[in-house]
Amino acid sequence: MTDATNTAPLTAPVPEAPAARPTRPAVEFARSFAANRPALFGLVLLIAILCMTFLGPLIYPVNPYDIVDMPFAPPGGEYAPLGTDYVGRDILSGIINGGRATLAVGAAAAVISVVLGILMGALAGFYEGPIDAALMKVTEFFQILPTLLLAMVVVTVFGSNLYTITAAIGIVSWPQVARLARAEFLRIRKLDYVEAARTAGARNRYLIFRVILPGALPPLVVAAGLSVGSSILFEAGLSFLGLGDPNTMSWGLIVGQNRNYLLDAWWTVTLPGVAIFLTVLAISLVGDGINDALNPRLRRR
Amino acid sequence: MDPVLQIKDLKVEVDTGTAVHSVLDGVTLTLRRGQTLAVVGESGCGKSMTALSAMGLLPDRFRIAAGQILLGEEDLVQVRPQRLRALRGNAMSMIFQEPMTSLNPVLTVERQIAEVVELHQDKTGAQAREIALEMLRAVQIPSPETRLAAYPHELSGGMRQRVMIAIALACRPRVIIADEPTTALDVTVQAQIFRLLRELQMQTDTAIMLITHDMGAVAEMADEVAVLYAGKCIEAGPAAQLLAAPAHPYTSGLMACTPKLRLGRAALTAPARGLGEIPGMVPPLGQFPPACRFAPRCARATEKCHATPPETVRLGPDHETLCWHPNEAREAAPAC
Amino acid sequence: MRKLAPRLISAIGLLLAVLVLNFLLIHAAPGDPVQVIVGDMGGASPQLIAQMKAQYGLDKPLPVQLGLYLWQVLHGNFGYSVYFNMPVLDLILQRLPATIVLVLSSLILAVVIGTLLGIFSARRPRGILSHLVTLVSLFGFSAPVFWTGIMLTILFASVIPIFPVSGMFSVRDTGGFFAQTLDLLRHLVLPSVTLASIYIATYSRLARAAMLDVLGADYIRTARAKGLSERRVVFGHALRNGLIPIVTMVGLQFGQLLAGAVLVETVFNWPGLGRLAFDSILRRDYSTLLAILFFSAILVMVANALTDLAYRWIDPRIGGGRTRKATKTPAAPGSKSPGPAKG
Repeated sequence: MTDATNTAPLTAPVPEAPAARPTRPAVEFARSFAANRPALFGLVLLIAILCMTFLGPLIYPVNPYDIVDMPFAPPGGEYAPLGTDYVGRDILSGIINGGRATLAVGAAAAVISVVLGILMGALAGFYEGPIDAALMKVTEFFQILPTLLLAMVVVTVFGSNLYTITAAIGIVSWPQVARLARAEFLRIRKLDYVEAARTAGARNRYLIFRVILPGALPPLVVAAGLSVGSSILFEAGLSFLGLGDPNTMSWGLIVGQNRNYLLDAWWTVTLPGVAIFLTVLAISLVGDGINDALNPRLRRR
Repeated sequence: MDPVLQIKDLKVEVDTGTAVHSVLDGVTLTLRRGQTLAVVGESGCGKSMTALSAMGLLPDRFRIAAGQILLGEEDLVQVRPQRLRALRGNAMSMIFQEPMTSLNPVLTVERQIAEVVELHQDKTGAQAREIALEMLRAVQIPSPETRLAAYPHELSGGMRQRVMIAIALACRPRVIIADEPTTALDVTVQAQIFRLLRELQMQTDTAIMLITHDMGAVAEMADEVAVLYAGKCIEAGPAAQLLAAPAHPYTSGLMACTPKLRLGRAALTAPARGLGEIPGMVPPLGQFPPACRFAPRCARATEKCHATPPETVRLGPDHETLCWHPNEAREAAPAC
Repeated sequence: MRKLAPRLISAIGLLLAVLVLNFLLIHAAPGDPVQVIVGDMGGASPQLIAQMKAQYGLDKPLPVQLGLYLWQVLHGNFGYSVYFNMPVLDLILQRLPATIVLVLSSLILAVVIGTLLGIFSARRPRGILSHLVTLVSLFGFSAPVFWTGIMLTILFASVIPIFPVSGMFSVRDTGGFFAQTLDLLRHLVLPSVTLASIYIATYSRLARAAMLDVLGADYIRTARAKGLSERRVVFGHALRNGLIPIVTMVGLQFGQLLAGAVLVETVFNWPGLGRLAFDSILRRDYSTLLAILFFSAILVMVANALTDLAYRWIDPRIGGGRTRKATKTPAAPGSKSPGPAKG
């Protein structure tokens, strides 16, 4: 399946008219998305944040660990435009350099949870019966454990570094995706074109990944987008609790380290929080936009 | 007999945001006391919109552009919303098409009937309960005492429609509008519901506006008939006359679609093969033909039909049609 | 309620699974399990370590150890917190009420405000309030809850100091019951508003969608045809139906609510389980942390059972409607259908 087909309501692929097929749904999608002003705003915001994170260090080459001024220098100072933290490090540099870890962990954790979730949900929804019951029991097990608490325990036990944090977030957030994937699979597996493929002798693996999954993708794409947002919030929360990787600058870490001084130096906690907020906001807006563009029927409500 | 509900030259429009389309274009109907007026036509002809206009329940974006709806002396188009609410469910009530979804799934049957009585007749809980019970008996629901506590999902479709009728009748309305009350039900249940409606009508002298696309139901129930097509009333008259000698080609077409009515006039005018059908579909809103709206589907249409809107032709004292080429009534009579 | 027994068995099974997970986590952690259990802050005396070793049979094979661990838990022994110098169970029971107060008040706040916002915006889908709901829910979804808490702290500590920003009581032991309750409520305002902010977003969005759906239903048209006022149509006929997906969501999200409480309690020094979790992380107090995880799971399961009851009360089709339930797609045993959760 090509990228373009992901955005289209998928039925069986149509071999003829190769010129018209890939463009039309994609164009329609793009047009619908572009007409959605909040979504467009979110996209621009997201691009700006990505630029800041990846190009920012070139433009503003201050080491986030260097002490550039006295502690708690307020914004607008000579050495640090957004002020300094409790040891005198540059907040602006912290925000610019902290984004990489936050975004990377968010994205990687989202990938883990989405892949795991789709796999579990697909198997449960496709096979039904005892496999479904067993897998849903596992899902239920993960859902009675408060996500953040479980992630806290995992990180505490296995140590605070980017890998365990990513894995912990991914492991605790897949059940939602799994439920969604299962519902979609249960719905689609009964449709005629799936029956047709089955009758034609398609094997289960082919049915799951090539026949049903493409049709289930649109809502899962949206869920994946939103799960990047929630993973970022997660990472920030863990960092805030002091469970972030202490050797990697991240937005949550800045907030957490300066929390005790929030009344003396509001900027140390406010500004990195704004960065997190705007990032997740941008992702939610883009996600909503994709959702609306995929379901034009729903938007009119 | 005295008219209880008169709809005069009613015009309804819908604003789609990009354009304003005409939905009803000058519909005129009269509903008399103790009688049944059948409003007939295919889906999308404006039958339900006529009913909802009378109830003041037009959906979002629909509005009455012109005309009068007289309930007795009162023009419902002009009255204040509060007054309309006081009349709804009280002086006039409605039975909907879908008994499966028209009752609130989380409220008991008792609550749903008693509610109307409490609202309009200042009855207390115990009295309202008595009335609810009485109504369940009236609509011939077996063991009504136990049914009071039932929830809609515990009842069959026919039972639910009886409950709907009980709600509609609870305040002894002057007018009942029944919008395809039996379409969703089994054939045997349909007959029971019609019989029930007729009996109740005889007891209470209520006027019924029966909205249907089923000419069989018309033959069974109606005193008067009005046929709607694409927002216009294209034929109206006493049921006996109209069924015996339909004047408009659309009316004969509708009748030809109904097996047991392929008698008399309809049998002659409709094509000889099996069940008749009317070619094509009702034009969508905003795409009504300029002259005769039925012309594109009409076997008898001529240049004139496509060019000039038809005028009313009077075929009997109360029998009128809107057509350039109506079936000649007198000619048809002996054929019956 | 016929199916009480299977549900109970299922619940016990899940709790056992949590305990096994706890056990595995202790043993999966790098280092000596005893060290893991008593914490690596060096406060444990050699006697304590020896006692632990004997208690948990650490020289025995793993399955035996698991059995011993479960045996201990069954007797209410969740270990001893060296830092707090008391048995973990006592510690948890001491902190539990604060968390329940916080979580319940936030939940009520979120459901009531969220539902009302949702109803009013569904009445006018293109009105100002509707856009406001969209904005509020975007904010709630996107702002990290600890940051919201910090912003409120800054606001109420320095700019408008009308609510205390830390702790649960300020005048403990003084004043009567009434004064103490008032004091508690004053302290509760900011934490519960902060925690509710996320869920107001969720519920207003959900309620809006649900009410839009319900208000278009045939039975609402019937209610209008009865001549009921709009208020009675909305609150008498539509609301109860619209609540069904909301109740489902409350059940599904209770765990996340507890997770949010960890952050909120940390920000506002609220002496509940969440704050305790934060403190035990700082001290590497594993037995306390794992016991918190276990008791949170119990809380979530109790909450699920309660939402299930509420669900049956609201929707008569669930309780008696056996035929209807059978036609549904087989949902996970003991869980509610995921239907409208993601919309």
